[in-house]
Formats: sequence, C-alpha cells, structure tokens
Amino acid sequence: MSLFSLFKRRGSAPVARDRLQILLAYERTAGGSPDLLVILREEILTAVGRHVEIDPDRVTVQMNRGAKVSILEVDIEIPNAVRPAPNASRRKRSALPAHRPA
Amino acid sequence: MAKVVVVTSGKGGVGKTTSTAALGAALAQIGQNVVIVDFDVGLRNLDLVMGAERRVVYDFINVTQGVAKLPQALIRDKRLDRLALLPASQTRDKDALTEEGVLSVITALRKMFDWVICDSPAGIERGATLAMRFADEAIIVTNPEVSSVRDSDRIIGLLDAKTVRAERGERVGKHLLITRYDQPRAARGEMLSIDDVLEILSTPLLGIIPESEEVLRASNLGSPVTLNNPDSGAARAYSDAARRLMGEDIEMTIPADKQGFLGKLFGRRAA
Repeated sequence: MSLFSLFKRRGSAPVARDRLQILLAYERTAGGSPDLLVILREEILTAVGRHVEIDPDRVTVQMNRGAKVSILEVDIEIPNAVRPAPNASRRKRSALPAHRPA
Repeated sequence: MAKVVVVTSGKGGVGKTTSTAALGAALAQIGQNVVIVDFDVGLRNLDLVMGAERRVVYDFINVTQGVAKLPQALIRDKRLDRLALLPASQTRDKDALTEEGVLSVITALRKMFDWVICDSPAGIERGATLAMRFADEAIIVTNPEVSSVRDSDRIIGLLDAKTVRAERGERVGKHLLITRYDQPRAARGEMLSIDDVLEILSTPLLGIIPESEEVLRASNLGSPVTLNNPDSGAARAYSDAARRLMGEDIEMTIPADKQGFLGKLFGRRAA
C-alpha cells in the first residue's frame, strides 16, 4: 500500500453494493436455481455421450458470472480408446449469454 | 381488523427478536393490543428478551396439540397490560409445528388482538415459512452488510411466493427495517448506505435503527429497548417505526443517543 493510497482510501461500501447488485441480478432470474449447473451438466453430458464415450469423472463444469455476460465452461475429456487420434484428448467448450436457462 | 405481521430476515443475528420486542412494546405503548409470537421452536428467545423466561408454563406447541388452551399459554407483560407473549417450545423441534396448528392459533389471536407479530426463526425452512405463511404484512430486518442484504432479497422472494396472500394473488405488505446502522461509517463509505440498501432491495423503508449500546443493555435486563430507555436513539427509531406501521406519516430520521457532557468528553457513555 502506497502512502498515497493511505490518504485516499476509498470506502469499501461501493464494492459491496456492486457485488450485491451483480449477485442478486443473477439470483433473481431462473439462473439462480441452485440446480441449474447440475441440469446443464447432465444434459450436455447426455448429448455428447450419444456420440462419444465419456468418463463422467473427467468432466469439469464452471460458471463465471459477470455483470453483463456469464461464461459457462465445460471441459470434457474424451479418451481415445477406440481410435487413437494425434491428440491425447479433445476438449469442448461452450459459452452461454448471461441468465439464459438451458 | 387485526393485522398479522411477520418479522423476518433470512439471516440470523440481525435483530429480529429485538425488533419484535421493541415494536410490540412500542405499539402497546400507543394503545394497541399486541401479541408477539415466538416461532423459533427449539431455540426460543423472545421470552428472554422480554424478561418473561421464568413465567413460561405452556407454549405454542402445547396449544396446537390441545395440551393447553390459548389463554393459558399467553403471558401478559407486567409493564404493559396491552402486550402479551406466546412463547415457542424449547424442547420440541421445528417439525412439531403444523400449518393447521399455526392457522388455528393465528385465527384465534386475530380475534383477541389488534396486532399479531410473528418473530420468525432464521433460515428459509419450515419454521420461517410457517411464520410468514399467514402474514398480512412483513417486516424485513436487514443489517447494512452484504450477507444480510442478500438473505433479505431471498426472503422477499419467498414472501411473494409462499404466503397464503401471494397464493391468492394478493400482496403481502413489505417493510424494510434497517438495524445496526452506523451513520458515521456509512458517511465514510465504510458501510452500505440506506440508499444503497433501498436501491438493491427496492422495498419501502419502515425505519432505521442506529447501532446503539442501549439495545444490548435492554436485552441484558430483559426489557424491550422502547420500554427500558424510551429516550435512546434506538427506542425513538422503533417508536417512529411503530407509528409508521399504524399508517402515520413520520419523517425518516436516524435518532442518535443523547450524550451527556462527560459522554461527549470521553466519547462513550458510562455504564
């Protein structure tokens, strides 16, 4: 912390207000359903699983919420058991606009 | 026509019980017949805050199960004869409360009092949803702090979904009561301001209770702050809030504790 920032310390209340506004905008929509990620995960895995074999333990689903847009990140490791490809694994990634239920 | 009011918050420790006691006493002080009902089955505390912990014989659950008649379970306040308390059970768990049981007691209390004030337990589970179930109005107690504001938002959503009024397409009147407000800290930008909280929760303001030593002092003594020290800032804020509940138009202020010469000199009150 510089000497300057000591004197010009901005209150933490504006940060609290902004964090709350982003969080509550999300929680008030259907996206606030605590089961959304679980549902998305299952449906995406079912869709991908129809075409390739997936190890359910090697799947990560993450949501990063921002003020204007949220990013849903799905990493699925696809083992190359049947037909070895040049790459060890392929990854699929999808992005969703904020607050749109699956 | 009696009004059923739930005092709720989602988050624990924000002042639901303190506010129930203070508002109940304030309404009784202006001539209203008031019963305050503890819905926190298993963790009752309204009796303690009211100084009636040694007078509890029967409780809410006893009445719903027919072990006691309602008048036997009601404890009349010794200081205010218009104020009564219906204690929660300390030995049962929250599943002992049923919707039918709560409805029958609330219906009976409506005939006996002008105000039925329900002190909700924290959380969003059975106890909290039953406390708000039959409410006409809700007082949402919020501290100017992120977790409290978030939980209040959740509770406001439940009030619009899980109450009998909401299911009938009617609305539950909602009032925000901001407690433990520290004006100097808010002015320095260290605490969410009243405007911040109102903007986020978009709910009409019932009152602003300043952070005050008098609140703890009153609960130590088992007396609502509006009775124990009516001149304190917190008590005046609660009294104003009670009058606003009655429909009076009272200017919104944040009353401060009056400090004596020595208090001003040393920056704190002597106990």
